[in-house]
Amino acid sequence: MAYDKFTVLTSSAVPLPIENVDTDQIIPARFLKATKREGFGDNLFRDWRYANDETPKADFVLNNPIYSGKILVAGKNFGSGSSREHAAWALYDYGFRCVVSSFFADIFKGNALNIGILPVQISAEFLDKLFLAIEADPNAEIEVNLPEQTITILATGEQESFDINGYKKHNMMNGFDDIDYLQAMKEEITAFTAASLY
Amino acid sequence: MQNQPTTLFDKVWDAHVVRKIEDGPDIFFIDRHFIHEVTSPVAFLGLENRGIGVLYPERTFATADHNTPTINQHLPVEDPLSAKQLKALETNTAKYGISHWGLGHHKNGIVHVIGPENGITLPGMTIVCGDSHTSTHGAFGAIAFGIGTSEVEMVLASQCIMQPKPKKMRIKVNGSLSKGVAPKDVALYIISKLTSAGATGYFVEYAGEVFENMSMEGRMTVCNMSIEMGARGGMVAPDETTFAYLNGREHAPKGEAWEKAVAYWKTLKTDADATFDKEYVYDAADIEPMITYGTNPGMGTGISRNIPTAEEMEGGKSTYDKALNYMGFQENDSMIGKAIDYVFIGSCTNGRIEDFRAFASIVKGRKKADSVTAWIVPGSHVVEAQIKEEGILDILTEAGFELRQPGCSACLAMNEDKIPAGKYAVSTSNRNFEGRQGPGARTLLASPLVAAAAAVTGKITDPREFL
Repeated sequence: MAYDKFTVLTSSAVPLPIENVDTDQIIPARFLKATKREGFGDNLFRDWRYANDETPKADFVLNNPIYSGKILVAGKNFGSGSSREHAAWALYDYGFRCVVSSFFADIFKGNALNIGILPVQISAEFLDKLFLAIEADPNAEIEVNLPEQTITILATGEQESFDINGYKKHNMMNGFDDIDYLQAMKEEITAFTAASLY
Repeated sequence: MQNQPTTLFDKVWDAHVVRKIEDGPDIFFIDRHFIHEVTSPVAFLGLENRGIGVLYPERTFATADHNTPTINQHLPVEDPLSAKQLKALETNTAKYGISHWGLGHHKNGIVHVIGPENGITLPGMTIVCGDSHTSTHGAFGAIAFGIGTSEVEMVLASQCIMQPKPKKMRIKVNGSLSKGVAPKDVALYIISKLTSAGATGYFVEYAGEVFENMSMEGRMTVCNMSIEMGARGGMVAPDETTFAYLNGREHAPKGEAWEKAVAYWKTLKTDADATFDKEYVYDAADIEPMITYGTNPGMGTGISRNIPTAEEMEGGKSTYDKALNYMGFQENDSMIGKAIDYVFIGSCTNGRIEDFRAFASIVKGRKKADSVTAWIVPGSHVVEAQIKEEGILDILTEAGFELRQPGCSACLAMNEDKIPAGKYAVSTSNRNFEGRQGPGARTLLASPLVAAAAAVTGKITDPREFL
């Protein structure tokens, strides 16, 4: 799918210091009934964000006006559970372009990369620093630099590097997706299929 | 010439790599692709937007399961959004010539139940589906895992996805299981030891006597839950149990092709000297019937034990407190004796015939507790028919239970089968996340035996009392 190219993102961040945030929290199953990709942002973190009577829960971070930005900073093991790509769509649709955590679930990480959200995995120590920086100043700017593979707290200059494979990095920086690549391999794939056992 | 010793996982993976991208993923060939109504519509939309078709429609199989009602399936689906998704699946599969076992079809059922029972799932295959519990099919010695919708589109367009090869983990459980200890308990035990993220980045091979002696249904239950410790999938080496299960199933090879296939399948095992990135060994004697008390599947305990304290847990205290608070439980509480409101038996984890036999073995001659609402949901029409043929339905009816129609049902509560807020449900499904079974619902994951004991007593009860 078409998504925004990602090079250097400088933004304030939204803190979510909860571990094991699963995809059922990011987007509950009852909101997976659309046949289009758009509009999931309204139901992002639905049951943490709204009470049963639809009123916003004041204690949830997305309802706190002092926090905003395109970066979500979350506790370890973010995105566990269901394979629903809707979780990544909901984050993207809401306006996030980057999720930072000390650990990601595999399927979520792959889905995020495929739709233009950069998952940035950092050490537990740096994650703590980020939470402290945002707590001290909700407008604290964080720079996520994909070409350099670094994340920096601009006010203090504290920095850490992160990993991403060269192929995905190139895709994210150019807004490419895998299907174009696979389409270009059709001959090789048909030859492989002809020799396959099943 | 002696080849390098390799694992079962390596053998199957390496045979499916079309091309390796340097500093990138493998172009990975997919033998079988399952789709359902919820995670496929946007993939088909993607194909349309690109103006491309489905490369090998005969390799994709569609079923409707996630949002389907489990009563009155002969009537039009009431929820307009669900109906629209089901219609989209019907239209898309017809357009591209993909086999579709929709609502009402005699082979309809949960995707991970119907694949194996029709012999579509075979050893040595690569299998994907836009559903994380695709790991179920690993029970046959296949590499099977869940994918996102972008990847569903890739498979439709090219029969390939792009996957970095995961690391390898082996989990051995030696010895034999005690009476009343089910495959689900083995899975919940392992996950409680490894945590819900303990196998992230790995593909698991289950080995040892416990899995060698386990039925295909049991192996499916265990492989199904692999994702609940973060593993992309889990697999068991195919053996005589596997071949006996598959022999004669509709899509399985026949005659000479069968003999040839079995000869190949027998080579699908880990060599004696092959190495894993991580190995765990457990003793079956340490496993008792399990139950979860928290909001991820790693938060489980032996049923006779008390809820652990935050100090005993690896994660942060605030996350732990949040979980117990949601469940309405306290540290050190005893699990036995807690009152429950709902029992759900079914899902791709425990919706197969063996699960209903186990459930019936306890409720036979007893009565459902008045305080309990029970939803008994077969995994497929084939399972439903077996329940009737084997007389299990009579036992259920006699005990005050009703049998519903197949589907994912209360496992993820996309249809009307929602557990009300604050209520406790003993559930044979796979996830106890907040709100998974309905907003505010409190899920206790367990085996069909534990679910049965709870259904007849109205509280958490050790099923061994009834055996």
